[in-house]
Amino acid sequence: MPTFVYMTSCDGCGHCVDICPSDIMHIDTTYRRAYNMEPNMCWECYACVKACPQQAIDCRGYADFAPLGHSVRVLREAEKGTVSWKVKFRDGREKNFVSPIRTTPWGSIKSPSDYEEPRQEALQNQELAHEPEALKVETLPELKRARVKQAPV
Amino acid sequence: MLTTNPFAALAVVIPPAFLQAYVALMIALVVAGTLFDIVHKGNAEYFFNDWRKGKTKGTRKIGGGKIASLVLKSAVVDVLMSGEFCNSRRRIAHLLTMYGFAMYLIATVIMVFWYASPAAPTPRFLPMLWTVGALMACVGGYWFWFFIRVDVAAEGTSRFRVVRADLFVLSLLANATTALIWAYAQFAGYRVLANIFLGIYVTATTVLFGSIPWSKFAHMFFKPAAALQKRLEQASGQWRNLPAAADKPATFGRDRAQPRHY
Repeated sequence: MPTFVYMTSCDGCGHCVDICPSDIMHIDTTYRRAYNMEPNMCWECYACVKACPQQAIDCRGYADFAPLGHSVRVLREAEKGTVSWKVKFRDGREKNFVSPIRTTPWGSIKSPSDYEEPRQEALQNQELAHEPEALKVETLPELKRARVKQAPV
Repeated sequence: MLTTNPFAALAVVIPPAFLQAYVALMIALVVAGTLFDIVHKGNAEYFFNDWRKGKTKGTRKIGGGKIASLVLKSAVVDVLMSGEFCNSRRRIAHLLTMYGFAMYLIATVIMVFWYASPAAPTPRFLPMLWTVGALMACVGGYWFWFFIRVDVAAEGTSRFRVVRADLFVLSLLANATTALIWAYAQFAGYRVLANIFLGIYVTATTVLFGSIPWSKFAHMFFKPAAALQKRLEQASGQWRNLPAAADKPATFGRDRAQPRHY
């Protein structure tokens, strides 16, 4: 099930609009509150649920950790660096988890604009952007054209 | 202009009783519009149902003293300081608009009911309060409208796109802006300009106070109640079924050992 917004808690700050990788969190034109405009395109990444400073967004959990009839709620505490999860199963059991918001230090990930602009010749290269340094290796093995031809079809 | 009561000059042309009747009509529209909004949207019913449900679900009992302190905290932090906003720019814009509009509104009512006559000299601070209030509302409102609105800042839509959610802020801005232009034109003796802007000012005022069922004007009455309910729920330990606050951030959060992936 996709995300949905509790309109009474949302203050229309737009954090979910900024963070949604599917660009489906938008601002309602009548109430100026966030809403999921394309629920069937939501891949339940929880980005908006965790980003919402008002805890106004909810989502049904993935079936692998919370089967049908459950409820799952998420509390993000940026000042502590934690995300707390509360899963309530349909038989009344409750499970609580706490995990870090991220596993790398804050500010350690460079923005794309901080990197050097890629050159046109890079299109001819087999390496992807920031390879090989982002993979923490000196070089990547290169597949020679001749070997590609030898491969069984 | 800063120390001139614009309604005293207007009272020469329009009888003060007419001005007062118009203000009273606007107050009646606010009351009627808010009551209609409550019944039509069912938000009071939702609020009290939520309140009742919360009482039974809470894990902690909160006494009278605690409730009083939460009411005070909600009034000071959430209402007077707009503490619920997470975006500081939006919070400042809201404070400017809120206090500006309140100053401007109170000064208008006092000047219309007690000093709408050239025979009754207006205290100098009232027109100043009126002008500064209207200016503050304009600064906060235009800042929000052009730069802070999420549609503009995050969604990249045109700054001039108008949707129903903009009814309140736009009618408020039209009201405060045209009030200032009208007062200046009247003070400077531009008769035609003053009459044109008086017409727009009255229209914007009627739209602002008469459109409550369709605009978010009534949020100034609902929001404090919602903020208090949130604080009460948090104190009773059942804040919308959310997990309890993390108690070991040193183990799980920012201060934990740095990961070594490679």
